[in-house]
Amino acid sequence: MSEAIVSTRAIPAPGPLPSSLQFNEDGRLRHLLTIEGLSHALITEILDTAESFASMNAQAVKKVPLLRGKTVVNLFFEASTRTRTTFELAAKRLSADVLNINIATSAATKGESLLDTLRNLEAMYVDMFVVRHEASGAAHFIARHVAPHVSVLNAGDGRHAHPTQALLDMFTIRRHKPDFTRLRVAIVGDILHSRVARSQIHALNILNAGEIRVIAPQSLLPAHVETLGVHVYNDIRQGLRDVDVIIMLRLQRERMESGLLPSEHEFFQLYGLTRERLALAKPDCIVMHPGPANRGVEIDSRVADGPHSVILEQVTYGIAVRMAVMSMIMGGSVNP
Amino acid sequence: MKLVIDNARLLDPAQGIDRVTNIYIQKDVVVALDSAPEGFEAQRRIDASGRLVIPGVVDLAARTREPGQEHKATIASETRAAASAGITTLVCPPDTNPPVDSPAEVELITRRAKQACGVRVHALGALTAGLAGEQLAEMAALKRAGVLGVSQALRPMSSHLLLRRAMEYAASHQLTVFLHPIDWSLNARGCVHEGPVGTRLGLPGSPEAAETAALGTILALSEQTGARVHLCRLSTARGAHMLARARHDGLPISADVAAHQLFLTDMDVADFNTLCHVVPPLRSQRDRDGLRQAVADGVISVICSDHQPHEADAKLAPFSHSLPGISSLETLLPLTLRLAQEGVLSEAEAIRRVTANPAAILGLPVGTLAPGHRADLCILDPEAVYTPDTRTWVSQGHNSPFFGWEFTGLVTHTLVAGRIIFEQNH
Repeated sequence: MSEAIVSTRAIPAPGPLPSSLQFNEDGRLRHLLTIEGLSHALITEILDTAESFASMNAQAVKKVPLLRGKTVVNLFFEASTRTRTTFELAAKRLSADVLNINIATSAATKGESLLDTLRNLEAMYVDMFVVRHEASGAAHFIARHVAPHVSVLNAGDGRHAHPTQALLDMFTIRRHKPDFTRLRVAIVGDILHSRVARSQIHALNILNAGEIRVIAPQSLLPAHVETLGVHVYNDIRQGLRDVDVIIMLRLQRERMESGLLPSEHEFFQLYGLTRERLALAKPDCIVMHPGPANRGVEIDSRVADGPHSVILEQVTYGIAVRMAVMSMIMGGSVNP
Repeated sequence: MKLVIDNARLLDPAQGIDRVTNIYIQKDVVVALDSAPEGFEAQRRIDASGRLVIPGVVDLAARTREPGQEHKATIASETRAAASAGITTLVCPPDTNPPVDSPAEVELITRRAKQACGVRVHALGALTAGLAGEQLAEMAALKRAGVLGVSQALRPMSSHLLLRRAMEYAASHQLTVFLHPIDWSLNARGCVHEGPVGTRLGLPGSPEAAETAALGTILALSEQTGARVHLCRLSTARGAHMLARARHDGLPISADVAAHQLFLTDMDVADFNTLCHVVPPLRSQRDRDGLRQAVADGVISVICSDHQPHEADAKLAPFSHSLPGISSLETLLPLTLRLAQEGVLSEAEAIRRVTANPAAILGLPVGTLAPGHRADLCILDPEAVYTPDTRTWVSQGHNSPFFGWEFTGLVTHTLVAGRIIFEQNH
């Protein structure tokens, strides 16, 4: 069975060389901007490190002094509750000082350029920017212009990348299904606008996942998506057959207004994850969602809260994975 | 002033000349080749042994940013850059601020150009008032003021009907209509080619159909109205193919391509290089190869710079927030020569695409050095190898992805109307 899967694996088409921006001269992670270009060994190291933090998070004393004296700035140009909160908790559990800056209501609206905002914050001797921005490539841009001692952690840029989300998803999958080479993974919904999906696809390919499927109408798929190394299904019934992992994506309301879909109702009819459809997958299949889920639009509540769902685990593991990434990036100057 | 250029290898595609000769210039025109006319006594001689002389380059699209965006560049600064790069005539699109939609702006540009270094500067007029795409501009008045054609630049038209009317009106005033084949509704917010690279980068894509659909409309209306149309900045292989078929069917339609489209692809955007943010976007390798073929076949008869100088801040932003355009006057001739060096077409044909062909589209008596024609020319050291960088750059806009490239063939002199307006000082 596993051999059959390996033979059907979609190979990603060669793209431009991945960025070397996120590594320093000795090949260590300096920023985390995208999953592209990370090695199998590095992702495994991040997941292993996260394991140790995950067990710590369950203890009564949840703090370690790894980043004591360091300042982490959560620089959010786009609204977010869950991601910002888990980054904040992760930094605090590593004993860093945390500053939350919500730029949507700040200087950027007064005409201050992104670079000016950065320069001003840098002048306060911060050590890390955790950045979320609605423009693809914003984290790359910031990483290219920060002072040498500052690290950048991408918390989501446009449609491009959300590397820590993908890593926590890999962590969650690995906890349930340790052998990626045997896995069929289906990602369902709005792939076109999803930075999460792009990062997940890269991570799954690097970890040699058996098969990656994307399931969506063509209007929600980016051009030539198959070149990322996935198989494309327009029909969810075919796409979910015998999969081990189902990842549902959030559908934003704006998609109906921009003519990509007729209605939420029809989307749920065609692509919503119901118990009937879940039955097409492997019996021990897990169901994931990066949150926040639209119940009744992409996922039935009975599935979201059902025995296959690992959605809340994803949130819990998010903290451990972000602690791992932060400590590894700033590890060069920290003695644990 | 009587001037002779001695022992030059003259490459003048319009005359079919490629030989070592002497060029005799009196006042502003070439008076003879080979041997001096009777009684000609040169007041200045330029020894051009081992040098190449070509007609001055005619650039169909260069934004000088004046009027309105003088913080980016001016007619003075950009004509200096043009002169240093062998360009003797440049054509400004009408999308200045305010747009060139009345004689006042044309006169301002003409006046500023007169005060500048001597490069000939011509404006295109706006096709619609304020380039708003709602109402026709006063094209007859613009023509009297001296525009060489009309254009909607990179602004949408409100309807196909208005485009038809505008083309009919332009045709009745014998004005060439310069149109960018971009369907802005299909292009949406696209800032890179819609393809695998854009998908990886998560940047909104401009589909091939944004060009081909607009091209289909323009070809149909060109046939319907009989307007003389010049297509600006083709970017897709399929678009070039559509044009080839239309020309084969006898439609009198010409087209240009920006030099950078013949060398860069969407792969160069990778890592969000804002210097490669252009409109239309850099497309696939297949498109680049198709455009090169169309240039070689003469389907695309002109290579232009599509010069768009910017201040540094314009490119210091996330990709989609950065302003599009390349400062490219100084790479037009080097890239065109490089096409010949790479064997895409002969040296003479390459030069024709930046001299005689654009001159013909504009209806200007330049682009050739036949006796009786204006002595607009450039002298090159064909063996000189150089690498442009911020120190050698003349344009006020330093936004070029070609810094660090190695080019062969350096302009040593540029003459307009027999006057030396640029001389390389070693």
